[in-house]
Amino acid sequence: MRRSLVRKLTNLLALALSTVATLIGLTCLGAILWTLLRSGFAGMSAQLFTQMTPPPGSAGGLLNAIFGSLAMTAIGIAIGAPIGILAGTYLAEYGRESRLATVTRFVNDVLLSAPSIIVGLFVYEVVVVPMGHFSAIAGALALAVIAIPVTVRTTEDMLRLVPQGMKDASTALGAYPWRTITSVVYPAARSGIVTGLLLAIARVSGETAPLLFTALNNQFWSANLAAPIANLPVVIFQFAMSPYQQWQQLAWSGALLITLAILLLSIVARVVVSALQPAQRAG
Amino acid sequence: MRAAEEVIAAARAERNGGDTRAQDSPEVKIQVRHLDFYYGAVRALKDVNLTLTDRRITAFIGPSGCGKSTLLRVLNRMYALYPKHRATGEVLLDGEDILSPTVDAASLRYRVGMVFQKPTPFPMSVFDNVAFGLRLAQRISRRELAERVELALRDAALWDEVKDKLSQDGRSLSGGQQQRLCIARTIAVRPEVLLFDEPTAALDPISTLRVEETLEGLRERYCIAIVTHNLQQAARVSDVTGFMYLGELIEIGPTEQIFTTPKDRRTDDYVTGRFG
Repeated sequence: MRRSLVRKLTNLLALALSTVATLIGLTCLGAILWTLLRSGFAGMSAQLFTQMTPPPGSAGGLLNAIFGSLAMTAIGIAIGAPIGILAGTYLAEYGRESRLATVTRFVNDVLLSAPSIIVGLFVYEVVVVPMGHFSAIAGALALAVIAIPVTVRTTEDMLRLVPQGMKDASTALGAYPWRTITSVVYPAARSGIVTGLLLAIARVSGETAPLLFTALNNQFWSANLAAPIANLPVVIFQFAMSPYQQWQQLAWSGALLITLAILLLSIVARVVVSALQPAQRAG
Repeated sequence: MRAAEEVIAAARAERNGGDTRAQDSPEVKIQVRHLDFYYGAVRALKDVNLTLTDRRITAFIGPSGCGKSTLLRVLNRMYALYPKHRATGEVLLDGEDILSPTVDAASLRYRVGMVFQKPTPFPMSVFDNVAFGLRLAQRISRRELAERVELALRDAALWDEVKDKLSQDGRSLSGGQQQRLCIARTIAVRPEVLLFDEPTAALDPISTLRVEETLEGLRERYCIAIVTHNLQQAARVSDVTGFMYLGELIEIGPTEQIFTTPKDRRTDDYVTGRFG
């Protein structure tokens, strides 16, 4: 009787502690979102999407920064995604437990958790210094380097979820591995790979540190990949630290824009995933 | 012994005198000579010698882990997918040693098809599932492809159930239908040998019956080997039965003889249910 009472109390204690922990987490998140929404919405206007970042003391928008962010994210993902997916495919289907695969997996995990500022410095050394100046392409490369480990990891995990029996069945029909991968494994893992890609996009679109050393910033409109380019994270960083009220307002609005964009992306991801997943019968 | 006799008698009755074909001149399709198999250092098959005959169903029975599935996976070289799996000896398919590295494994697998224990429909439509192997093997016109797919589905006794849902995802079929879909997919490329690795172990009794009927229909045209844990199934469907134990092929012979008058004591114990 007493033992069951102790167990009940232990259970209650655990329940209470984990509930409190959840509440603390939710409160922090809610506070951030609330502040962001309150301060960000105040500056939401058509101007935001039609005008360039202004000089101190005058009105303006974020058009050049929005474009720069979209362009660099698109190029970064276009470079990073194929490399990440192919490398993930190698790890899951070809390399498996080989030495090269094991080492690659380890290095990838290190990259995955490496501070992104290191990536910025790396690209600065190998691209910006030889070029002699900051550029959009350097920024895109830095984002690609950040996107690769995320994509490698999710691709490998998703491919490994495809039942070995399905791969064996394809092999038993006389398919070479590449054919099995493209015709059977990729379609079976499609929703997972797409989710991984969207996660990678979400991850890189908010990166600031690697862009500081690579794309830098630009007060004006620029679509030149070889020149510095404006981008939301760095503009937010710069404007938020400034003493000018208009700049600070733009920083809030920019932060809200990124957050909403990622939210939208997550929703799209969920819709896409459920659309790609066919109705499956359990038995 | 009595139980076994009843089993075999019941099975024979079901097959309504299918033994007449015993008079056909049987043609040797596969010859296995001194086959040893190793998983790393573990010897899983020990000096296996046997013959598989065309237009006959050969069943392999035996307790779990005795090497039945391993033997099957040697016949289409599926084992080669895994490192440290190694086979020595000779496996002659129409006289050619398929264990020789000069034999291309993918081409071999066109000739030796395999159906697995768990139904594994591909993530594509019913039609594309069956067309998968055909598209791999050759350039084929749209019309011929449709014909071959229909034929394969008919041979697998699935056509009537899926002819209106050919564009549905293969994974939306029931378990039994999925397994017959896998059979259709395998026979669509017209292999010479069919290997069944416990094809009904994951199915309900009705679906099992369907698959067995399908096997019955395929008997006329293929050299078939089937691994099964179900003794009644071996008795019902097979012409020849091999009993395996601890990696050795203890005894192989006409199904009736294996179930009624086995030569080896261990076979007798197994078919009468004294162990295994």
